[in-house]
Amino acid sequence: MRFGLVVNPVAGLGGAVGLKGTDGPDTVAEALRRGATPQAGPRARRAFAILARSRPGAEVTAAPGALGAAWLAGLGLDLRVLDLPPLSGTARDTRLAVAAMAPGTLAVFAGGDGTARDVAAALPAGGAMLGIPCGVKMHSGVFALSPEAAGHLLADLVSAPARVAWTDEAEVMDIDEAQLRAGRIAPRLFGLVRAPRGRGLVQAAKGMLRRDEGAALAAAAAEIAAAMAPGTLYVIGPGTSAGAVVRALGQQPTILGVDAVRDGRLVARDARAADLDRLAGDGPVRLVLGVTGQQGFLLGRGNQQIGPGLIARAGREGLVVLATEDKLRALAEPRLWVDTGDPALDARLGGYVRVHTGAGREMMMRIASGAEAAASRLTEAS
Amino acid sequence: MTEPKEFHAARWNEPVVMEMGRPGARGQLFPAPEPEVAAAAGPDPIPAAMRRRDRPVLPEITEFEAQRHYLHLSQMTLGMMGVSLFGTCTMKYNSKTAEFAANRPELAEVHPYQHPDTLQGVLSIIHEFDLILRALSGMDRFVFQAGGGADAAYTMAAVARAYWADRGMLHQRTEMVTSVQAHPCNPATAAAAGFRVVNLPLEENGYPSLEALKAAVSERTALVMINNPDDMGIYNPEIREWVRVARAAGALAFYDHANFNGVMGRLSARELGFDACMFMLHKTFGAPKAGGGPAVGAYGCTEALAPYLPAPLVVEDGRRFRLDHDRPKSCGKVREFWGNVPQVVKAWAWARAMGAEGIRLASDISVVANNYMDKKLGEIPGLQRSHDNIAVRRMEMTRWSLGPLKEETGIGTVDFANRMADYGIDPWWMSHEPWIVPEPFTPEAGELWSKEDIDSWIDVVARIAREARECPEVVRTAPHNQPVAQVRGEVFDDPARWAMTWRAHLRKRGGGASARGAA
Repeated sequence: MRFGLVVNPVAGLGGAVGLKGTDGPDTVAEALRRGATPQAGPRARRAFAILARSRPGAEVTAAPGALGAAWLAGLGLDLRVLDLPPLSGTARDTRLAVAAMAPGTLAVFAGGDGTARDVAAALPAGGAMLGIPCGVKMHSGVFALSPEAAGHLLADLVSAPARVAWTDEAEVMDIDEAQLRAGRIAPRLFGLVRAPRGRGLVQAAKGMLRRDEGAALAAAAAEIAAAMAPGTLYVIGPGTSAGAVVRALGQQPTILGVDAVRDGRLVARDARAADLDRLAGDGPVRLVLGVTGQQGFLLGRGNQQIGPGLIARAGREGLVVLATEDKLRALAEPRLWVDTGDPALDARLGGYVRVHTGAGREMMMRIASGAEAAASRLTEAS
Repeated sequence: MTEPKEFHAARWNEPVVMEMGRPGARGQLFPAPEPEVAAAAGPDPIPAAMRRRDRPVLPEITEFEAQRHYLHLSQMTLGMMGVSLFGTCTMKYNSKTAEFAANRPELAEVHPYQHPDTLQGVLSIIHEFDLILRALSGMDRFVFQAGGGADAAYTMAAVARAYWADRGMLHQRTEMVTSVQAHPCNPATAAAAGFRVVNLPLEENGYPSLEALKAAVSERTALVMINNPDDMGIYNPEIREWVRVARAAGALAFYDHANFNGVMGRLSARELGFDACMFMLHKTFGAPKAGGGPAVGAYGCTEALAPYLPAPLVVEDGRRFRLDHDRPKSCGKVREFWGNVPQVVKAWAWARAMGAEGIRLASDISVVANNYMDKKLGEIPGLQRSHDNIAVRRMEMTRWSLGPLKEETGIGTVDFANRMADYGIDPWWMSHEPWIVPEPFTPEAGELWSKEDIDSWIDVVARIAREARECPEVVRTAPHNQPVAQVRGEVFDDPARWAMTWRAHLRKRGGGASARGAA
């Protein structure tokens, strides 16, 4: 396994000085003015030091200078430096570095969600990525728990690949920072990528459940598809969880958008709010939704195509929610949040909803309104 | 903290018994039969249809060599007599007195097909133990057929199915409600019996909220299955209200007493309103676990559910005991015969030796011991108690997390378990699925171990936590002082790489030549 490294030297600068992220040169300048010190480089070094200690001479291709190679000097790795055009000090550098990595290289990056988006955008087909957590926002599913955990994962990839599991559906998420600074979290799914994960080694004692979460989700989706009421418009998406219902009907879902189904037929793809309102007419409506990773948003984050009118028509009873048990467990709080833009509607949605987690398996989850409160809590946490 | 004792397991690098020995070696050489015996038996004492055509493929080895080999094998295990604070399992000493009772010929040499008139002693013990469990739970009738806790949970699901079918409501009552922190056998057995599973997540107090339960139960609910305390060690103080809500919805309420040790003699399932409960004799009642079996899940219920119990039941008729097979509404069998009777006898011996006072005292000691351990574990940096924000004291065990240590060092709970064996300590119990806290472990001090034993166990944990910072590779590559190195778990996913029998080994590995010594 070959590793590539690209460091976003300004990642995380904003967090320490009270800015909610570091997107854009103005914010970087403001962060530096407030006395922030760059930490992505030293954190990348912490990760690779662990790789070097357990596997001296491991091969690493790094972007030049502060973008990578400078942080690996003297660690005892077999270091190759990418030949890149003059650096611009922008996200373009990250993309060029990832694009220059040889096929089959695991793109390791030190940064946050913004960097993850840039890496994902430049990743060749079939490429994989791993994040060393350095950002203010880290909602993507590509980050290791800590620089040390990233280092151990890399060492395992060399010497004990069985300790590592891979997913092809790690979510690359990002939040609009301008909105976040205004106290609103608006995470969006930007894509799905291949990423390694530490795997809990199975201990024989008492046995552990071998659960295939993807299969459980597909089974839940098949149940939902089979139980669809005739004449009802099912508005589905976005995301892989909700999309599984479209798959169960034999169609390809629009993962990053909203589809609609009636009587087993796909009646809209990647629909806009106006399309959905028109399709709904006066008939019954149900909403098939996934849950955003970590924050647990059900409505109002990344699915603004589904407007308050449609939501009110469906009501809490008209929500059909799918998520894996792993995803529900990983939520920052055991809550699903709604922010429809209509506080009265949010309040009406409050209460419990059954989340479909597998064949014949459901989890009761509390829906909470008051997204502002959630936003403040979540941003404090980041 | 003090330094753990030095330890190194025996390592005997010898082949498996099937590869040992030499042609002609024998354990016993039997003399030829006396002429009178030979004449009485005739030339062919074994009927032709029963006579084997090939000689058995057995190792040819002397009795002494066989004894030595098995002694060596036993030396390479930890022997289950160490300090094993193995949470959710309630490890207890399996007393020799109880073994002696169970090994008596009056029990060891009887068969369940014998006429009940010749089984009165065994039946009286089963009946007496039924009465003891009734006293502890308030239930009206116990049955010992289930071969473990999960089987007893399945018994509940099967009884519920029969109960609702008898009322013509099985098509309507299709759901079983439980907590995400309940023992996984609750959702699993309910699903196996055909019910849909509705899970309740843990909320701020460390247990599911009453509101979630209220939202979950309805005219569709057949059954609510819960543990209390759960595996976090947290006692749900709203339990009485939980049962009321379940029963108000018309559902049956089942108390999974997997964690009975913390409340033995201190509460009764019946008083809390439950319809049924389950005890594990192989943990709470001091019968051995025997490495995954034989175990007993004692299932008890109210008179209203008794018609649906698996048959047969032991009933007292005047001064005699008989087996009642004539139970037309029975859910059927969950296991053959009347269960693992020797285990029932050992549990009965334990309960008789302890007495009601002793059982209560043991429960209190186990809670005190856990709280002592809990406080000392809290002094080790990198360890974090589950739901650390909750001030309430834990019961007989506590779920802990190595999350902070893992973030700092990369060393997690599996690494710890492997390394513990290097100090002669049984690898700890991590957690049932799902892992609600990262890198979990669940110690349970119980009433057996002394303060010194608990201290020495904590010393090992503290030592490994220090090693995680100072020499993490040693921990990651453990065990080092054991006869086998780290087991690679992924091989269990590939049946081509393991074998349960010698014959399967030869078939999978094609190693016919290695069957040396086979006659």
